[in-house]
Amino acid sequence: MPENTPRPSILLEGIDKSFGPVAANRGADLSVTTGEIHALVGENGAGKSTLMRILSGMYAADAGTMEVNGRDVSGWTTAAAIAAGVGMVHQHFMLVPTLTVAENVVLGCELTRGVVLDRVAAEDAVRALSVRTGLNVPPDRLVAELSVGEAQRVEILKTLYRGAKILILDEPTAVLSPPEVQELWQVLRSLRDDGGTIVLITHKLDEVIEVSDTITVMRQGRTVARMATHGATPQAIACAMVGRDVALAGDAEYVRGGSSGQASAVPSVLFEVRDLTVAGARRAAAVDAVSFGIAPGEILGIAGVEGNGQTELVEALAGLRRGTGSIVLAGRELIGASVRERGDAGVSHIPEDRHERGLVLDYSVAENLILGQQHRFVRGATLDTRRVLEHARSLIEAYDIRPTDPELPARALSGGNQQKIVVARELARDFTVLLAAQPTRGVDVGAIEFIHARLREAKAQGKAVLLVSADLAEVLALSDRIAVMYGGRFVAVLPREKASPDIIGPLMTGAERAA
Amino acid sequence: MILLAFLAQTLRIAIPYLFAAAGGTLSERAGLIALALEGYMLGGAFCAVVASHYTESAWIGILAAIGGGAALSMLYAVCTIRFRADQVVVGIAINLLAIGLTRFFLRLLFDSSSNSPRVAGFQVEGSGTGFGALVQNPLVWMGVLCIVGVAWLLYRTPFGLRIRAVGEHPIAAASVGVPVARVRYIAVALSGMLAGLGGAYLSLDQHQFTDGMTAGRGFIALAAIIFGRWDPKRAALACLLFAAAETLQIRLQGTQALPSQFVEMIPYVLTIVALAGVVGRAVAPTALGRTTTE
Repeated sequence: MPENTPRPSILLEGIDKSFGPVAANRGADLSVTTGEIHALVGENGAGKSTLMRILSGMYAADAGTMEVNGRDVSGWTTAAAIAAGVGMVHQHFMLVPTLTVAENVVLGCELTRGVVLDRVAAEDAVRALSVRTGLNVPPDRLVAELSVGEAQRVEILKTLYRGAKILILDEPTAVLSPPEVQELWQVLRSLRDDGGTIVLITHKLDEVIEVSDTITVMRQGRTVARMATHGATPQAIACAMVGRDVALAGDAEYVRGGSSGQASAVPSVLFEVRDLTVAGARRAAAVDAVSFGIAPGEILGIAGVEGNGQTELVEALAGLRRGTGSIVLAGRELIGASVRERGDAGVSHIPEDRHERGLVLDYSVAENLILGQQHRFVRGATLDTRRVLEHARSLIEAYDIRPTDPELPARALSGGNQQKIVVARELARDFTVLLAAQPTRGVDVGAIEFIHARLREAKAQGKAVLLVSADLAEVLALSDRIAVMYGGRFVAVLPREKASPDIIGPLMTGAERAA
Repeated sequence: MILLAFLAQTLRIAIPYLFAAAGGTLSERAGLIALALEGYMLGGAFCAVVASHYTESAWIGILAAIGGGAALSMLYAVCTIRFRADQVVVGIAINLLAIGLTRFFLRLLFDSSSNSPRVAGFQVEGSGTGFGALVQNPLVWMGVLCIVGVAWLLYRTPFGLRIRAVGEHPIAAASVGVPVARVRYIAVALSGMLAGLGGAYLSLDQHQFTDGMTAGRGFIALAAIIFGRWDPKRAALACLLFAAAETLQIRLQGTQALPSQFVEMIPYVLTIVALAGVVGRAVAPTALGRTTTE
């Protein structure tokens, strides 16, 4: 076949897939040409991950046909997909933390000497691959000891070791710092230039524009658009994703000091933290004597690469983790107070990991909407089910949570809708300070827009908001002041107008310290 | 001389623990709680006696013990892997089932509620310290070798790598094409076979089966696995330690030096100490006891 004749390397047609009552794919199509970087975009719950898991053999489609390199491969297994050169890097890493890098790479197709595992050969193979691709990871280290960036390199090495010519990456940049993202793009480009085919699942439009050649947009389980990246605008892609016009974070109108008019009438600092120190698992102090204050109607954004103390800071403020120092909310000392006491004092908390902290996935939507406030929904010794359901119905409507059945387990909802449950619960309660950690992580454009509007609303109502986000664009779009966190400290606190990605980026990596 | 006798007795007591702990380690590393070791041992002990009673061959008794342990362990595996039943519940059920079945067949085959007729077992010549008798018993050698074998299997072979992966992160293992359920079935079957051998050692050593003769040894082996932090070699050392404590208790009997109950407690106290983190952090395989694999 001539070199420059594009042929579909992947051809999916009419794929259906349901999980119980939830239809994830409804006649989805995908056509990917050999040797391109193809972005698969769409809101959360649009069915991108499901479609790619079907392609990689993890799920079997209910209907539809799959072709890879012209061969019908409908309903194949993971093992068959791997053998045919299809590899997937999952959003949640598929690595065994107690095994070494080399062991993880060879797992499933081990190198042997006789019947014995050949460890040396495995490590040599990893080193050779590292040299060829620039993905450097020490092969004898335990995966548990790696940073997320390194772990992701292992994931890619794993697929390449298996001879993957078609590489699928599911939201690969969610956990990476800006420089790590650039490295990843370089690797992907060089893989493409070597004849590899890459499918990139993402919902970050700037990434789509920057790195992809072709774009397929999915919405509600269907393929709604396919376009060349050259000439496509973020607005056009976003519009296809949600099916209507949206305001993007970067374009958002920035309202300076929404409450400046009332500034003289209210205390200048509503929420004050002094010398907060939190012990860490690895470092001596995960949060090292951090001090800051937030005024009513102010959003303080914290920018930083994950793992620099943001999680510990927020958890210490919420009362989930012990800290020393002082936390004062409206004149009341909260250090040492329990989570319930802090909640009653007016602390609201959107936790960074909705699965671990935010929701009980097997509880119904209605039950999740009263978590932490269940004591306010009792009649005698039992839960007042009627009020719980009323509460749920009103929040489901106000926050457009879908599907609208309050009795459905939270597990049955898409990530974006699960996040809306958490946001609805935390914003519906009586609060004066909101701790919003990664409020839009893994959430689609439409829901991001919605959640951002709710945060601005809280600000307009004179609440103090602490926003932690790994997404710098989000921090820049919403915050009045921006603190950059590195190594458990605030290395800089900048007013919004002095902050830009160029200034904050180097601060995030610890390359520079502002005075 | 006294020391040698002490060591010989310790080893003799430790052999069934070694078999069960070696097998149980495989099961636990694959993510399945080895709570039914007691049942596999009892089943193995009974099958060994029945088979050697009818065939007059201790070796066929050993094969039968392997079969009996494997059968009970496959029942456990089918319930927990195929039907995703709770591992603790099924484990307890298997132990109770083993007690009931052996009692039933004891009555049916030998018309006794307490013990089987005498079987030959392995012919061994006694000696002063007891070591002579030990080295002539092939099950003793197998008990020691099974620890080495399990350690080799777990750390040196591709299958062992898969067992470790499956017990830690089954979804990751499945994503690279490792057949998770099959690996688990094999690991559990091996645990049943090895524990069954431990039972065979008990009944053939005593030349008969007596009702409930395992007397909690499967649980001591499980304690040894945990005390040994899910590593076969460390678990074996724990078995020897527990056996030494038991030997001490037997030797101290009648001396009134220490109430025997305290010495009997040693394995359990040590296990609690181990779990409390005194001998380094005891980290169980992450997927241990989880019923769902997706």
